[in-house]
Amino acid sequence: MSATTDSYEEVLERFDPVFGIEVHVELNTQTKLFCGCANGFGAEPNTQVCPVCLGLPGSLPVTNAKAVESAIRLGLALGCSIRESSRFARKNYFYPDLAKDYQISQYDEPTCYDGAIDVILGDGTTVTIGIERAHIEEDAGKNTHVGGTGGIQGADYSLVDYNRGGVPLVEIVTKPVTGMGLRTAEVARAYVATIRDIVKALGISDGRMEQGSLRADVNLSLRPQAGPGGDQNEIPFGKRSETKNVNSLRAIEKAIHFEVARQGALLSAGKAVTQETRHWHEDTNSTTPGRSKEEADDYRYFPEPDLMPVEPTEEWIEELRATLPEHPGVIRARLQAEWGFADLEMRDVVAADAVGIIEDTVAAGASPQAARKWWMGELARIANETGTDLADLPVTPEDVAELQDLVASGALNDKLARQALAGTLAGEGSPRAVAEARGLAIVSDGAALESAVDAALASQPDVLAKIQDGKVQAAGAIVGAVMKATGGQADAALVRAIILRRAGVEG
Amino acid sequence: MRNLNRLTAQAMVDAFSSGKMTSVQATEAALDRIAQVDGAVHAFLHVDAEGALEAAEAVDKDRAAGKSLPLLAGVPVAVKDVLVTKGLPTTAGSRILEGWMPPYDATVVERLKAARMPIIGKTNMDEFAMGSSTEHSGYGPTHNPWDLDRIPGGSGGGSAASLAAFEVPLAIGSDTGGSIRQPAAVTGTVGVKPTYGAVSRYGVIALASSLDQVGPCARTVHDAALLHEVIAGHDPRDATSLPEAVPPVVTAANRGRQDGLEGVRVGVIKELTGEGFQSGVRQRFEEAIHQLSSLGAKVTEVSCPSFAYALAAYYLILPSEASSNLAKYDSVRFGLRVDDGGTIERVMGATRAAGFGDEVKRRIILGTYALSAGYYDAYYGSAQKVRTLIQRDFGEAFGAVDVLVSPTCPTTAFRLGEQVDDPLTMYLNDIATIPANLAGIPGMSLPIGLAPEDGLPVGLQILAPARVDDRLYRVGAALEGALVDVWAGTLLTQAPPLEGVPV
Ligand SMILES: [Zn+2]
Repeated sequence: MSATTDSYEEVLERFDPVFGIEVHVELNTQTKLFCGCANGFGAEPNTQVCPVCLGLPGSLPVTNAKAVESAIRLGLALGCSIRESSRFARKNYFYPDLAKDYQISQYDEPTCYDGAIDVILGDGTTVTIGIERAHIEEDAGKNTHVGGTGGIQGADYSLVDYNRGGVPLVEIVTKPVTGMGLRTAEVARAYVATIRDIVKALGISDGRMEQGSLRADVNLSLRPQAGPGGDQNEIPFGKRSETKNVNSLRAIEKAIHFEVARQGALLSAGKAVTQETRHWHEDTNSTTPGRSKEEADDYRYFPEPDLMPVEPTEEWIEELRATLPEHPGVIRARLQAEWGFADLEMRDVVAADAVGIIEDTVAAGASPQAARKWWMGELARIANETGTDLADLPVTPEDVAELQDLVASGALNDKLARQALAGTLAGEGSPRAVAEARGLAIVSDGAALESAVDAALASQPDVLAKIQDGKVQAAGAIVGAVMKATGGQADAALVRAIILRRAGVEG
Repeated sequence: MRNLNRLTAQAMVDAFSSGKMTSVQATEAALDRIAQVDGAVHAFLHVDAEGALEAAEAVDKDRAAGKSLPLLAGVPVAVKDVLVTKGLPTTAGSRILEGWMPPYDATVVERLKAARMPIIGKTNMDEFAMGSSTEHSGYGPTHNPWDLDRIPGGSGGGSAASLAAFEVPLAIGSDTGGSIRQPAAVTGTVGVKPTYGAVSRYGVIALASSLDQVGPCARTVHDAALLHEVIAGHDPRDATSLPEAVPPVVTAANRGRQDGLEGVRVGVIKELTGEGFQSGVRQRFEEAIHQLSSLGAKVTEVSCPSFAYALAAYYLILPSEASSNLAKYDSVRFGLRVDDGGTIERVMGATRAAGFGDEVKRRIILGTYALSAGYYDAYYGSAQKVRTLIQRDFGEAFGAVDVLVSPTCPTTAFRLGEQVDDPLTMYLNDIATIPANLAGIPGMSLPIGLAPEDGLPVGLQILAPARVDDRLYRVGAALEGALVDVWAGTLLTQAPPLEGVPV
């Protein structure tokens, strides 16, 4: 993509970005949307299947009431209206992972429509994002193409796993979001994070982007700035790209950056943006064209004749409304008070998308400040270096709580704890397991330390004199030497006490 | 006992309980008859002698041990090949499913097994139930036992012919636009399409989901009622299944036979008589109306003006739904695969080109077109509006009368090959039966005599409001009783012996 010469900031001086996001939320119901098969992740291929989700001749779907309940609760949490009568529709297209060669979805009558959700940005600014609809649909199976490039074209053969076929999804579609300027990428990211927080708080999905239980497609287009005195609303939207499967918060931000720069460069050069689907590439932080919308499929939607309309009663909707959790913003304020974080500290935590992680770490036994210190310090640094989100690091809140427990109990010092954490991140097990395996432990064996102190004092005789003169802080040099000699494993407080005793000074 | 294969289901039940006959004897009689005549009739695509005899033996053993058994236990039954049967080949008359072995039973098949009825085999049909003659089967046509050069109706020609050829006393059919009733009419048998949702569609290979309904086929109204009570009832695996209890159809049939039709209001559908109907069909229909009157019914004429659009609406809704229902036959998971080593699109295309017959392709193309962006409102949308109008016509009619009647089809059985290249004429066979499917109401066809000009059976159709299927049986049994008294036996006793076969 040689066209990406203009920067995000430069482009946004001249253009108003318009974006929309489609988020697919995989519901964590026990069974699939239209059959009794288990809805689980990671089973052997084609072991969670039956005539219905394999689309065998004669089989019929029956709607999972729990999935409808989850969808309605999500719709209510997104401020949506719930349709008195909504219908499933068939979306017809041929593809090997689609068992029936049509997907049961919702089309002109989605269950949830016309909502809005407040998204709180890192600096505390609240932005309201309009929700067009949230509809229920079934997931497809999963193709694996073997040989060739790994794509369907040119593969030696392809395998299909239908375990995921028929898993319930809710697709949430935003209204177009305009006028966010330089904050566009940040707003998009915060929106997806908010959706994730909501589905987790509702308990309807584990919301794990890295496992695909929350997936996002990002639409973006540019239109010229109206300029002074102009009405931005009168300027029509430009041609948009739809970037598929942008599956981490960081990638949401990067994909918007990339598309703004790419489309801006095209428009600045007097070229047209093509309305098309694009693929996101995590390795290069870029998108490449997929299918052009000009040759778009005609899905021949029509009402699903095998299913009755979804007709929730008023009473049921109100019952479900009563089960809604607090808005993530309210939860955030409550947690800040509980944890005693300063505004600035909390802002950093929110910006790093670490509220839920710290909450889980505290729940696992760490103090709030210790949890913050680890996640916002060492772990944030590593995430930044490796270009991942905190949530995607291979370390759990339980690991961090365990690590902190090792420090608090005096088994490890900070330096050793960082080594244990590095081991956990490298897949060597929990911090305690790493410490044991690597032999990480503070040396508090008096005799060993005394001889190490004696050796250090002998090599720096002037230091002993300084301490005896009352310059107690000079002991630091000896502590350092002892730590070095013991590979950082010495109990620093004990070493210090030994030095002072040797010097005949009371600490 | 002699000629066991000519017994009705009720007569078999009586013979079983009086110890005059065993289920194995009844099953063997059916299998022997099939061996004798099915080479000429070709009602069956697959005969399961072993499975049927095994089921019959188990029934006989339990009966001998004094165990209580369901009423129809031991009575052989044939199943249209559109219902999936675990471990028995199921093709829906299509080459694209040749060799497929379903891993599960349709709910109706489960109910037949629970009723301990030996399943003799799977009957022939037009491919995916598309057709009115069974000539569109991928496995060759079925012949009408009244005249082997004529069609047995369709799509369920196999089930109807298996009854008319005295191979089995009972059979299962499916009716999307007349596929139970029209074959019944042209073979001199009884066929019932229950209210939509009365019988589970789970395991019924879909043609048009909003129209398909499974029902009983028999030689008498009473036998049909017995089978109706076995297969009907709520099924949680079919979301369109009705929740309420099955109407008492056997009681209704008995009442009609015994008490006549005093006070029953019968409406003759004005639009389904006269022009376009064969003269012998009209003649027998008029005589049947007189019989109804003499049984005490009050006969009036009613008009259903929207029926003029029924055929057009049907041939938009059916192909639309069928084009989607038949997409799954793509070679990926089951059935035929024609693999030329090309892309998946080419394999899918080649498989469907080789596996589907012309009539199926015609309707898939029609339906795909009708659902396409830009055409949906004009075609599928308009057809749904016609459907509403037809429901309204029925609603008004049933405000004035208890049942409606018409000839089941415009003509008697036509000759094999006569309409194969003329789909529009073929579609007209269903003109009287289609409205019931569009409205979801129940309908029955029963024999009312032979057309004088060709000596072939004529059927009368009875329609009732949704959920009151019992009315069909009351009126049908009363009329059948009166006619059987006149004929001194069922109409089928007048059928000519099958060529070269002693009956
Ligand atoms: Zn399943």
